[in-house]
Amino acid sequence: MSRPKRQLMMGNQACVQGALRAGLRFYAGYPITPSTEVTEGCARELPKTGGRFLQMEDEIGAISAVVGASVAGVKAMTATSGPGYSLMVENIGYAYMIEAPCVIVNVQRGGPSTGLPTKTSQSDTMQTRWGPHGDYTAIAVAPSTVADTVTETIRAFNLAERFRTPVTILLDEVIGHMQEMISLPEPGEYQVVDRVKPTCPPEEYEPYGSTDNFVNPMPAYGDGYRWYATGLTHDAMGFPTNRPDEIVVNLDKLRRKIEDFRDEICKVRADWMDDAEFALVSYGSVSRTALLATKLAREAGVKVGCLQLQTVWPFPLAQLRELLQDCTAVIVAELNMGQIVREVERVAPPQARVHSLLRYDGEILTPIQFLEKIEEVRS
Amino acid sequence: MTTTAESVAEQRRSDVHLSYLRPHKKFPNLWCPGCGNGIVMSSLVRAIDKLGLPRDEVALVSGIGCSSRMPVYLDFQALHTTHGRALAFATGVKFARPDLKVIVITGDGDALSIGGNHLIHACRRNIDITTILINNYIYGMTGGQVSPTTPSGAYATTTPFGNTEKHFEPCDLAKGAGATFVARTTVYHTPQMDRVLADAIAHHGFSFVEVLSNCHTYFGRLNRLGSATALLQMFKEKTTSVGKTEESANGKIPIGVLHRDLETTELCDEYQKIVDSLSKGKQG
Ligand code: SF4
Repeated sequence: MSRPKRQLMMGNQACVQGALRAGLRFYAGYPITPSTEVTEGCARELPKTGGRFLQMEDEIGAISAVVGASVAGVKAMTATSGPGYSLMVENIGYAYMIEAPCVIVNVQRGGPSTGLPTKTSQSDTMQTRWGPHGDYTAIAVAPSTVADTVTETIRAFNLAERFRTPVTILLDEVIGHMQEMISLPEPGEYQVVDRVKPTCPPEEYEPYGSTDNFVNPMPAYGDGYRWYATGLTHDAMGFPTNRPDEIVVNLDKLRRKIEDFRDEICKVRADWMDDAEFALVSYGSVSRTALLATKLAREAGVKVGCLQLQTVWPFPLAQLRELLQDCTAVIVAELNMGQIVREVERVAPPQARVHSLLRYDGEILTPIQFLEKIEEVRS
Repeated sequence: MTTTAESVAEQRRSDVHLSYLRPHKKFPNLWCPGCGNGIVMSSLVRAIDKLGLPRDEVALVSGIGCSSRMPVYLDFQALHTTHGRALAFATGVKFARPDLKVIVITGDGDALSIGGNHLIHACRRNIDITTILINNYIYGMTGGQVSPTTPSGAYATTTPFGNTEKHFEPCDLAKGAGATFVARTTVYHTPQMDRVLADAIAHHGFSFVEVLSNCHTYFGRLNRLGSATALLQMFKEKTTSVGKTEESANGKIPIGVLHRDLETTELCDEYQKIVDSLSKGKQG
């Protein structure tokens, strides 16, 4: 087989390619800058693979249709940006509650409200974790390159199917619209995970009964299980309950199925960390600049290391605790007013001071800003 | 006095109903005694039974409200969703899996207020979903607030001095938005409801059935309309078969099939044509 050809592609298109490779069969969306190319790409590509695309009446409709398709038995995705994500949170919460695997792409722009449609931002980091009301645990990944977007999109689908939960892909305007040369992975070069289906007879099936890993097999509609799903707090059969003991089991399940398996989910990329005195912590497009700044600082003889959070949620507590243990200072760089920095403060070792390098004017952080911050921290 | 033949027939009917109830679900249901929701539920079961639909191929989707609790009692695939969104979820189910029969159970607040946008767009798409809108003119589950179908002047807990707004006519709205089957019936007219629901489910396209129903607990009490039976009596008196001249209808509400369009193409069929042509293009 010949080497796959390299092609110029923007992050939003790479996301579509990743999703198709992960087994996407259904997409519902609503146009919004700067995510629209994901929606347009799916409109064009999905019917070619026998999949289905719908432009819904609004973002609430889009996420609802996605969850409907997911429980019916197919892999489903939507893409949006801040204002659309805000509309979706109602039914992202529903997906958490009924445990419907699905993928939500948030190509971030500046906020609050309609904010900065064409400018980049990472100000939805906390909304991704705490958007819908109630208690649950979220999963979110954050690619930093166009090539990364393909592999992280595939990973997002795999995590959604494995854990039966919505997974958010945190892109930002820079990654979404930036063009890079990439070669798309061929089948066999990546792993595809599908939800586990029940094998028991239908009369024994408990859609939310207790299991070793808090995840239940999930039949497709028409498979004969005729299960019931509700956004109300439910018992093992999925029926609404007000019993305190059953309420706790329901909520613990949503948390523990993810919290107890953090090692399977949390991914941190570490560069030059072995002897690092200073660590730069970042995610998404900022990690590109952080990596370049690290290289430049190293050339100047400063012992800087670079940590990229490929999984943002659940926050990679254990990995960061270990990676940061010998550092004397940590610089957390984000395109917002300081969101993930508080998570880093919770895991930084006692000797390390945690600094923020922030930008929220719609522009990206530059290498110079990183180098100046490193100088400031050193002096 | 019932004859033996009648009681045997009655027994057989109730067996049909029982066989469609969810085996694990604890009864009684949560509805007030005499609520019209139960009458609609039994009619739906008879309609599905009459059509002989395989049980595994039926998916019920509902929103939030008293009527939306129905799918928990019936032994079908069921999705009890969020307020107003049932049709958007159902659109995902149906479009992803056109092989399924998708039936939405909703109420006047759910479908016409918070879910109004999803309703008109589902009608417009002519996607093959049956929507049963149980219209009791009020929000029952939250305790009697005004809804988009509450008549002007009527009382609700949020219109303590009478409703100052105008109401929606759900069937006109559905027809105007593009539904290809529109019918109205009432919980008094169960034989008609059985027929209308079966026709709606058999219709290939978006079918919309408004069932006028009694919420004696709130609408009846707040408006001094009496008991459940008094409300049923009202549905009998205030309605007339569709097709009457304006004069002979005498201001009564027409019930029956109001609109049927067999020409307009269905959404999933149209999309499948694109999928098929693209796969042909690939082979060619
Ligand atoms: S409140 Fe009204 S609609 Fe709800 S169950 Fe009671 S009678 Fe029925």
